[in-house]
Amino acid sequence: MVSQVPQIAVKTEAVVKNFGETAVLRGLDLELPAGEVTVLLGTNGAGKSTLLRILAMLTQIDSGSVSIHGSDIAKNGPAIRAMTGSVLHSPMLYADMSVRENLMFFAEMYRLENVDDLIVKTTSQVGIEPRLDHRIRTLSHGFQKRVALARALMHDPQLLLLDEPESGLDSQSVSRLEKIIDNYRSTGRTVVITTHIVEHALELADRAVVLNSGTVGLTSTNPSQDRAEILAANSSESTSGALP
Amino acid sequence: MMGSFAVIWEIGRKDLLLEIRNKDVVVAIAGFALLVLVIFTFAIDLNQSNAKLVGPGVLWAGIAFAGVTGLNRAFALEVEGNTLEALMLAPMSRDLIYLGKALGNFLFIAVAQIIVIPVFAVLFNLVVFRWEMLVISLLTTIGFSAVGTLFAAMSVRVRAREVMLPLLFLPVVIPLLMAAVESTSHIVNGRSWSDISQWLQLAVAFDVTFVVVFAFIFQHILED
Repeated sequence: MVSQVPQIAVKTEAVVKNFGETAVLRGLDLELPAGEVTVLLGTNGAGKSTLLRILAMLTQIDSGSVSIHGSDIAKNGPAIRAMTGSVLHSPMLYADMSVRENLMFFAEMYRLENVDDLIVKTTSQVGIEPRLDHRIRTLSHGFQKRVALARALMHDPQLLLLDEPESGLDSQSVSRLEKIIDNYRSTGRTVVITTHIVEHALELADRAVVLNSGTVGLTSTNPSQDRAEILAANSSESTSGALP
Repeated sequence: MMGSFAVIWEIGRKDLLLEIRNKDVVVAIAGFALLVLVIFTFAIDLNQSNAKLVGPGVLWAGIAFAGVTGLNRAFALEVEGNTLEALMLAPMSRDLIYLGKALGNFLFIAVAQIIVIPVFAVLFNLVVFRWEMLVISLLTTIGFSAVGTLFAAMSVRVRAREVMLPLLFLPVVIPLLMAAVESTSHIVNGRSWSDISQWLQLAVAFDVTFVVVFAFIFQHILED
């Protein structure tokens, strides 16, 4: 199944997104190969979260085109959403339903089979299985984030979008998350992640993309080696280029 | 097709489960409508003739205004927890989200009516327990849910949503309210199916039109 996936997991061409008078993405061109972990960096307002929301199909672009695994998101919405898993800022869970009820409900939305097995598998991956019957309202933010991650993993997506997934997680949970990301990479799937723990992310990623005022400021295919340039670009607002 | 029905049912069932736990929406709708009925029993000299004349209008005005309160709350819950976005991430046509939410709202308003209509019958001393009343109640509830779900989705992100929803909802449901009031008026006066058939036709036409058109519009409303 993995071998059928095209080489490019995410491709954006001249993507423009404005919120009223504010231009967030200004003709963004980006290609992210399949099977890689990409970390998106940039200062506040650089467009990282907006880009992830566009890839998750929660925000529409004003112009340009976006394709995921070769399919235009404007034309193949449900099919692309079936191969995408997202953990965004908010956990997006029903507070008065238990962990199990939430996961069962979303499994129905994704029309998954063997739901009980899937719930056991994904909740053990993220370390939440002892709290399966606890209501979301009673869980800490960190546990809620883990449930959100379990929901994103349940349908075994080809593309995993993580927007600051480490926020609220303890160090043990961050280690679990890194294992999950490693597992995704080793099975040829793609992960796009934004984070504020830059140093750590550079160790984990195959590729770093620094966004700068809504365009690509810098791309590195060897982030751990290009650490100094990436960190400089990540704190600057006027860098542009690609590292060898 | 069965998969789509299952998704719609699951969204409606989830809303019902949350409502059983929170009791926010049905209590708001039924409580508000009952208050309207009680106030009018004091305000009007309720002899048999007056009750038949004003009762149907009071009943449906009460349910319509109370419905707005409940519809606001039903959608606000999805937005407060950002769960609407979680639904939007799922690989399904987004009109199914609309139909599922409309089903939930239909169930809330229907349950509220099961409480309100018997109280109305007692307070106004009118005979309403007839099949005709069941049919017009169902048709009106479908229309209220169809219109209310879309407008609740539109208004839930604006600051003055409590004001915005009734301003959008009430003018649009006027034809349906007319059908409900006129039908109920015929029913309490002991008339038959043939006397209310034109109003039932209006209600059916209203429901079909708004369910189909609003299901199509809803997916564009969701995307910013």
